[in-house]
Amino acid sequence: MKAYSIPIALLLLFILFSTIGSRQHPAGGKIILSGTCPPGFELNENNECESRNLYLQYSSLYDKGVGGLKTALPEARHKFSPQQIDLGRYLFFDPVLSNDNSISCAGCHNPDLGFSDGLPQSHGIKGSVLPRSAPSLWNVAYLRTFFWDGRSSSLEEQMEGPLYSEDEMGTTPEELLSKLNNISEYRNLFAQAYPVRGASDDISLNEIYTAIAAFESSLISLNSRYDQYAHGYHAALSQQEIEGMNVFRSFVARCAECHTPPLFTNQQIAVIGTPSPEGLPFDPGAEIPYANKDLRGGFKVPSLRNIEKTAPYMHSGNFKTLREAVAFYTKGRGHAVPEDENLILHWHIWEPDLSEEELDRLVDFLKTLTDETFKPRIPEVLPSGLQVLVN
Amino acid sequence: MRGVLLSLFLFVVGLVIGWQFLSKTSAPPPPPVQYSNEDGGTKGTIPSFFNAETGRIFEVKDGESIQKAVTESNPGDMIRVYPGTYNETVYIDKDKITLQGVISGGEWPTLNGEKQLNDAFLYSGNGILIENFRIIDYKGNGIMGQAGNNFVLRNNWIVDAGVYGIFPEFGKNGLIEHNVLSGIEDAAIYVGMCDNIDVLYNEVYESVAGIEIENTRHSLVEGNYAHDNTAGILVFITPGLPIKTCYDVIVRNNFVVNNNTENFGAPGSIVAGVPKGTGLLVMAADDVIIENNIITGNDNAGIAITDHVFANLTSDPESEPNPDRLVILDNIMFDNGNDPVADVKALMLTQMSNKGPDIIAVGGGVGSTIRNKDRYRTFGLGGYGPARITNTSSVRTFLLDEPVAPREITALERSKLTYYGICAGCHAYNVRMIGPPTITLQALYKDNPQGIADYIAAPIRRREDYPEMPPQNYIDEETRLEVAKYMLSITE
Repeated sequence: MKAYSIPIALLLLFILFSTIGSRQHPAGGKIILSGTCPPGFELNENNECESRNLYLQYSSLYDKGVGGLKTALPEARHKFSPQQIDLGRYLFFDPVLSNDNSISCAGCHNPDLGFSDGLPQSHGIKGSVLPRSAPSLWNVAYLRTFFWDGRSSSLEEQMEGPLYSEDEMGTTPEELLSKLNNISEYRNLFAQAYPVRGASDDISLNEIYTAIAAFESSLISLNSRYDQYAHGYHAALSQQEIEGMNVFRSFVARCAECHTPPLFTNQQIAVIGTPSPEGLPFDPGAEIPYANKDLRGGFKVPSLRNIEKTAPYMHSGNFKTLREAVAFYTKGRGHAVPEDENLILHWHIWEPDLSEEELDRLVDFLKTLTDETFKPRIPEVLPSGLQVLVN
Repeated sequence: MRGVLLSLFLFVVGLVIGWQFLSKTSAPPPPPVQYSNEDGGTKGTIPSFFNAETGRIFEVKDGESIQKAVTESNPGDMIRVYPGTYNETVYIDKDKITLQGVISGGEWPTLNGEKQLNDAFLYSGNGILIENFRIIDYKGNGIMGQAGNNFVLRNNWIVDAGVYGIFPEFGKNGLIEHNVLSGIEDAAIYVGMCDNIDVLYNEVYESVAGIEIENTRHSLVEGNYAHDNTAGILVFITPGLPIKTCYDVIVRNNFVVNNNTENFGAPGSIVAGVPKGTGLLVMAADDVIIENNIITGNDNAGIAITDHVFANLTSDPESEPNPDRLVILDNIMFDNGNDPVADVKALMLTQMSNKGPDIIAVGGGVGSTIRNKDRYRTFGLGGYGPARITNTSSVRTFLLDEPVAPREITALERSKLTYYGICAGCHAYNVRMIGPPTITLQALYKDNPQGIADYIAAPIRRREDYPEMPPQNYIDEETRLEVAKYMLSITE
């Protein structure tokens, strides 16, 4: 079964990474959480990991983190302790967080698939199929809203969705606490990550949420070839890729108007009218959480960083390739909107009449946004004793 | 059917009368708006922030490539372009580059997109100056800037450049002056999500919108001639954009005349909903002062003021939808409203008028004022009190006295950002990652940061048990040395 195989690439990665981070004693010994920050962070005197990257050289209007090449990012979620980040890593990969111990967070957010899962619509426990695809977690430290429909405003709030949804991980707060508190290794790890409270205190929900948010916030991808260009090394991109970048930011294609550098999202809701998958009802998207009919069919503009790795594309994975995804925008405003829907499409959705060559160049450019140099290490052994499952 | 229409009409009339009644009684007194600063900034229109650098001068002649010169140029350089036809998109991802057309014997250097190319000029750098170009037949923009500060775009002649003629976005401190633009299917001059922008002495015509100031603060629109567009000058908050406000805009001494061109905006675009015949349109923007304009011959209305609800735009909970604290000072207005659009006509009929108004305000908004209201034919200004100021003469410009400075960053800070932001992906202090531990490298390169700086630019494989290091030549030489020094200095 595919889900139980670990790709060879991962094994190689294990070997490469095998001496950094938390140390694991064989034969049921205690795990010691890492005291070192992940790459992209500097440890400060308060034992907090502070975000460090070249975009901190720049500023942005009103600190919104939108603009051009040398523009600052939005403010990051950071300053978690290295121990909390490392604990979050164990929790993230541990299927003990699901009701039947069958899936972990990484089941839908696989580091080898751009922290998504390669599926048009993600799968939950007991074979359930969800209505939408799994968003990538790269650079979530910079996001203000979560889920495709933008219904939650923090990572902590977001994770309660999949944890407790019957169709996803299917656990309950009581079950989760009971399971983790009964695993002595986790009691030990939480005591390391939260040294202020009593070492024998019970694990709390907030401690779990904080640790997972800490790990997710450490997933930074800002060293792509595009970034090298942005910081001033223009030889980083080929002529074709530069042509693609110019199509991307031109006001004909208008990609950069919503997928604004440097994060490649302006974090707004946009109604663009992508098709629903065969046999599925129309997805009202942001209309529901915002209680706003104007936003019917609206979804959060996703970041395009590592987009090459997260096929298929759009909220329910309708487009198998980047080429199909970019071609959507030139097929006519509203061409895929069902006849009985009267959507208020975003004004940037129009008929740019891009040539086949321009679409190819756009794809060339999008692939320059790939950077997985800070991909985290997958634990070899889990505190629960369960096997690591990624997709 | 007719009965339904009539009752609908009466319902609307009732609503409007009710709204007017309510707004008359509920509008709070306007807060004072003062421009008492006698020294309103720099004098004149030549920006003090733009000092020509003494860089190299490139000369580009007909048949040569402007982009080639840009690629070879460095900050401070000037590129002079001679008369001729240039079919290219010029992108400038560098700071302080001047592109200067040379007009000779009436012949202009012409960038011609032949309706094949998207944009004539794209820039992202700071301190960009573009002047004296003729730009025709592009599909996207004549000049588009993304996040460049301290720019000057002047003396350009732009015809049918596509969606926007001149379009700075996310920029601070910029001057747009003495340009002539026509045949643009959205806004001829579009200032989007910017701060401190002066738009002076431009002629904009036969476009859907002449000048649009959108989600922008501290902007002076002065001395422009906006004629024969669908609408002359727009000051907007557009919902759904990441920067949500538009305020502190002065529109003065402009000619806003005969803007009665059929709307040819792209379906679905915001300007496609702008009624033709509108001189000046304020939507949701705050603290806009309208002074000393000549606004005549606009068949729908001279000045129209609306909120997002009336304009039927997607609501954005983070955008405040009402135009607040507008100030209308003396303006010359006549011959407006000869052929109002249906909505406006219906509203005017409630006042027993067949003509459109000089000034109309619909929807919400508080604290607005007007001087000499009785001079004009108005609708919906019941809540407007008398203006507290008489003129804006103390404000000469919204340009800054000093250029926007880049964020100050020390060499040490930059080396830390580089070390933790890039090097740390492969090197940890005392444990093996993808590359050797930093502590090992410290022993190897003790007192020799230059050795590290040289090695990382062009690494060769030295250790069988480690993968080959990719070259870090994209980091500039100075930073490579700084980060090498930092790497040798850390102790944990």
